[in-house]
Amino acid sequence: MVPLYFYLVVSAGLFAIGAYGALARRNAIAIVMSVELMLNAANINLVAFWRYLNPFEINGQIFAAFVFIVAAAEAAVGLALIISIYRNRQTVIVEDVNMLKW
Amino acid sequence: MEITWQTIAFFAFAVMTLGGGLMVVISRNLWHSALFLMLSLFGTSGLFVLLVAPFLAAVQVLVYIGAIAILVLFAIMLTRRMMGLEETQNTQWPAAAAVAVLLFIILVITLSPLVDEKAVTDIFGDKVANLNAHLPVDPDAKGSGVVANDDLKIVTVEKIGEALVTRDGFVLPFELASILLTAALIGAIVVAREDEA
Repeated sequence: MVPLYFYLVVSAGLFAIGAYGALARRNAIAIVMSVELMLNAANINLVAFWRYLNPFEINGQIFAAFVFIVAAAEAAVGLALIISIYRNRQTVIVEDVNMLKW
Repeated sequence: MEITWQTIAFFAFAVMTLGGGLMVVISRNLWHSALFLMLSLFGTSGLFVLLVAPFLAAVQVLVYIGAIAILVLFAIMLTRRMMGLEETQNTQWPAAAAVAVLLFIILVITLSPLVDEKAVTDIFGDKVANLNAHLPVDPDAKGSGVVANDDLKIVTVEKIGEALVTRDGFVLPFELASILLTAALIGAIVVAREDEA
């Protein structure tokens, strides 16, 4: 059986990739996708710890299910905002949306 | 660690997840990014199967690939003019890459005590070991105190459903999540709707 460590390293790698995407991409949709990657990394962590440390309680799986719910809500609202911004300002480049920047 | 079908599958899914994730962030074509996101999410779903969480694996495919990734594809199509951008990364990308690599290195160093499988029980206390002591451990992972896959039939979809609606379980978070989803979807409609008149 694969050790817990391997799952955690995969999760850490996926989180780092998502963090890079969220910091470096210019397109808002790409940033939303990167955030989804980070949420997935957290989910792998939750399920791996559940499986290896406490598999007879279902808390780990329930937590992961709540992450799914939050991710769905986040994607719906985030993409709606992006479409609204695109409609009003004809751009989805985050650097061009600087109305609130002081 | 012996090479079994499980380890081969793990590495295949890990490569799928990480490779797909990497292509999401570095691909110049946003459409390809979204398709690689689907690949990465599918790899995660495979990891869930290996972790004996079939319900989550199914939900991953249904919710993430079936709903969120499709939503992203629709958003890309609605903002199609932004797809052919020359520069996909902003000017701070070297700093972002440095932060990401540093974060990964710190996480791996922090996790390194767990390389020794026995250390898992040492670090997380005897509670885990006691909890599973009466069960036969996985023959492939001797001494690690990890329960074998065959002994995990207890956690079924039925149990998860029960936990979500019992008072000792997660009924309050579950209801709050319902409200959150409803509010988010109504909010999304209101924000994205075209103004009439």
